Amino acid sequence: MDLDNLIQRFQKKDTVAFEALYDMYAENICGVINVILKDPERSQELCQDVFVKIWSKSDQYDTSKGRFFTWILNIARNAAIDELRSKSHKNQKKNLPVDSLVGIYENSEDLNGKIDTIGLQSLLKGLKDKCILLIDLLYFKGFTQKEAAKELKTPIGTIKTRIRSCISEIRKNMA
Amino acid sequence: MDVKAYIASGILELYVAGALSPEENLEVQHYALQYPEVKSEIEAIEKSILELTRTTSPKLSKDSFKTVRAQLDDVIQFKPEASERKTPWGNYMGWAASILLAVGLIGVYLQNNQLKTEIEITNQEKENLEQILSTTQEKVIDKEALLQQLRAKNITVVALGGQAVSPDSYAKAYWNPEESKVIIDAQGLPEPPPGYAYQVWSLKLTPLTPTSIGLLEDFATDESKLFALSNPNESEAFGITLEPEGGSETPTLEQLYTLGAVGP
Repeated sequence: MDLDNLIQRFQKKDTVAFEALYDMYAENICGVINVILKDPERSQELCQDVFVKIWSKSDQYDTSKGRFFTWILNIARNAAIDELRSKSHKNQKKNLPVDSLVGIYENSEDLNGKIDTIGLQSLLKGLKDKCILLIDLLYFKGFTQKEAAKELKTPIGTIKTRIRSCISEIRKNMA
Repeated sequence: MDVKAYIASGILELYVAGALSPEENLEVQHYALQYPEVKSEIEAIEKSILELTRTTSPKLSKDSFKTVRAQLDDVIQFKPEASERKTPWGNYMGWAASILLAVGLIGVYLQNNQLKTEIEITNQEKENLEQILSTTQEKVIDKEALLQQLRAKNITVVALGGQAVSPDSYAKAYWNPEESKVIIDAQGLPEPPPGYAYQVWSLKLTPLTPTSIGLLEDFATDESKLFALSNPNESEAFGITLEPEGGSETPTLEQLYTLGAVGP
């Protein structure tokens, strides 16, 4: 079953197609949420809520929003960040921890062995902290290029070239 | 386009992250359709992110979709049910509101047109009244000027009596020798027949020498019947004769209507 076809059927509220998409992406979406919340149980619950939300928003997806995964990634990130803010940062909306992925990578025992620590470590092997941090900001926190540049106090052009080399390292680790 | 440079720029990594604007997204998609290398690179980047995010998942139970599925049913059932019940009413209300709105708009439109017409009529009336006022003002000014002239210190008033051809006729000449002007009040003259006009003469009596000082032009239409003429002569009398239109060289004495001598 090809992805475009699944997405089309999903947009016509085909639950079978939606289940296929869920099987393809649920672990990833839950993984993103878990990096933000660092709470495996709550992450699972929120992850399911997010998929219900994706289902109800199915008609809002179009290709100007990018890849289908990017679209659901964005919904998941927003939901998790909202959750985090409403829980513990009600009065400090800007004060999100920016080092979640670095923290998980370095102290993965915090998550009580509920994640694939070995897999994570082998993927991020050899990556500098500033690489992991940039991946965290762009993929897990949904920062724009400009926001990431400001956060890392780097020129905006550097963000693009740096993320290219950081992702390339992960791809090398995958091979 | 240099596809390799485009890929190396890092824009595709940002595309997968969702860090680009909608316009940039469309640009990337455009190139992805055009260049298979771009498309496969995007897929490879996405694959690495999928791989990475999978490792941080709290590992879902195999039947985790069931929980989601149960809520989807709620979404599915809720929507049609709600819309089945609501749709007709919503539709009727919608149509009714639309019709009311349309009727209302037509009403407002017609009323607006009516008001516009009324305003036009009122404006026309206003213009007419202004015209009348302006004409009246002009007349008043003219008459005041005339009155001023008639009341001037050096004016000599000459009464012209009716003659044989029209004994009931009369006229008056208000002569200002200093300004060489004479105003003829011709109210007591009958309207001249078509093709004829009154001509005013200044007369010297010894010997009798008539000098034309002008015609009473547009006699019929001049309501005031007052005519200002120039008279540089040392007149001893004034006479008014009926002459063919355009006037004559010498007075036609048979048609002498009024005559009066300047008093001593």
